[in-house]
Amino acid sequence: MKVSEKDVLYVADLANLELTDQERQRMVKDLNSILDHIDMLGQLDTKDVSPMAEVVTLAKGTGAIEGEVAKFEYAMRADEVQPSLSHESAMMNAPDTDGTYFKVPKVIDKGGEVSE
Amino acid sequence: MNFDVLTIDFVRDLILRKETTAQALTKAFYQKIESDDPKIHSYLTLSKERAFAKAAEIDGLADRGEELPRMAGVPVAIKDVFMTKGIQTTAGSRILENFVAPYDATAVERLEAAGAIVLGKLNCDEFAMGSSNENSGYGPVHNPRDLSRVPGGSSGGSAAAVAANMAVATLGSDTGGSIRQPAAFCGVVGLMPTYGRVSRYGLIAFASSLDHVGPLTKTVKDAAIVLQVIAGRDLKDSTSGDVPVQDYVGEIGKPVKGLRVGVPDEYFPAELDPEVRAAVEKTIDDLRTAGCEIKRISLPHTKYAIPTYYLVATAEASSNLARFDGVRYGFRAKGASSLAEMYRKTRDGGFGAEVKRRIMLGTYALSAGYYDAYYLQAQKVRTLLARDFQKAFEDVDVIVTPTTPTAAFKLGEKVDDPVSMYLADIFTVTADLVGIPGVSVPCGNTKEGLPIGVQILGRHFDEATVLKVGHVIEHEAAGQP
Repeated sequence: MKVSEKDVLYVADLANLELTDQERQRMVKDLNSILDHIDMLGQLDTKDVSPMAEVVTLAKGTGAIEGEVAKFEYAMRADEVQPSLSHESAMMNAPDTDGTYFKVPKVIDKGGEVSE
Repeated sequence: MNFDVLTIDFVRDLILRKETTAQALTKAFYQKIESDDPKIHSYLTLSKERAFAKAAEIDGLADRGEELPRMAGVPVAIKDVFMTKGIQTTAGSRILENFVAPYDATAVERLEAAGAIVLGKLNCDEFAMGSSNENSGYGPVHNPRDLSRVPGGSSGGSAAAVAANMAVATLGSDTGGSIRQPAAFCGVVGLMPTYGRVSRYGLIAFASSLDHVGPLTKTVKDAAIVLQVIAGRDLKDSTSGDVPVQDYVGEIGKPVKGLRVGVPDEYFPAELDPEVRAAVEKTIDDLRTAGCEIKRISLPHTKYAIPTYYLVATAEASSNLARFDGVRYGFRAKGASSLAEMYRKTRDGGFGAEVKRRIMLGTYALSAGYYDAYYLQAQKVRTLLARDFQKAFEDVDVIVTPTTPTAAFKLGEKVDDPVSMYLADIFTVTADLVGIPGVSVPCGNTKEGLPIGVQILGRHFDEATVLKVGHVIEHEAAGQP
């Protein structure tokens, strides 16, 4: 068993999930069965292999496309402000709002004083 | 009305020749959806107001004798992972139950700009995570060819709607096979273009290095037409490639003589379903008859694709889905006394079991002490998988494989065994990991009458060759009993 219930609790905490007792037990079983399958990756010697960063550069030199393309130069474009969502559109799906800002439950409890 | 014959060109011609109107056609499709969809459950939302407004616009063009755009009056529907302005957009998740998209995805915008009528939004696995559509927060889709079977996933609604004539074409998304696998299960065409060929702006992200947008259609030519409309650089998606768009439609019907077709040994394992094997081998014979040169090839790292995929995809998903926290949109759990508690209760209540499982696996794979062994190792194996294909494409122009190891399985058959469910994508995940295009085309039926799909994979940005070969296969398959 690679993953214990304690591990599941720890990872759930990182992922902002709570999980019921039943879900936790099922998760221990499922994660172990998936990780058992994933274990085969350890068989491969990859010490001289670099990790994949971006797939499209592979297209170069295959003959499918001509010249130097697919380099995404425009991803480095000037940082200019473009039209974006209106305030109203951005807020229209908010579960709780005061009309200007999103409202959330209190973040810090100042000695019993409740502030929202 | 005979819905079977309605392809994109057929619909446009009917309107052009004034044999019908876009509005009448839209109405006929809604009637069909209302009568047939209750037993299939492919639609989650109908967008009637928007559809009829667009149809009236097309009819106006036709009345005035103006030129009709490429997809004028064509009834289409959209997987519910795409943003559609003013229309509920759920990603198949309860966490977005009341979410109304504030803008349109680029692919949707381009379809409408080409005259298509958006009928509504289609059921799918929650956040596109699944291979059977049983992970939808709104109930499963049933396969129109056999209601006791799954339509495949995650674009199950997109495949079922086309198969049941409830749309002429649909949009899907493919992260590990989610367009091609359901296309194979429902007997329709499903195209996953090259990574970066179609903008993902407005696609709700699952795994950003793997997510692809593509069409599901009745014919290969229709897939080519939709791709022609939606492909191309989009400044709103910095991963969309600045690569010229080929003439996909123009290549359809051209000869394939002399084309080199690779058949990888690893995709025909001993345990492959015999009926699937027979249908795909017959297809390969047909290609040989059409003048293709068939070559046996090897893609030696194939068996590592599923574990690689489930690490990369879940790691990216765990990060992408962090945004669902109940603050800015979607479901928020009530009664939490602190922000942290609100996050937890919201995510616990809003996400389904498979989404939680994948968030957990991805978080685990990225966590301190496991990153090198899992995530980094997976990205290295991904490089090995890419090299397999680079080497193969030195000798062949396309690669032909089964799309799936079996035909559609029964609802409920794999729900309790995540690994067995994941293996349903064994022949499709690699193309996502490597970023190459692939199409699934129907190539026969099992004795029980279930569709079988054949997959054609090609070089990056060479959808034209993939579609050309798909078209030949489609016509050979149509000539069979």
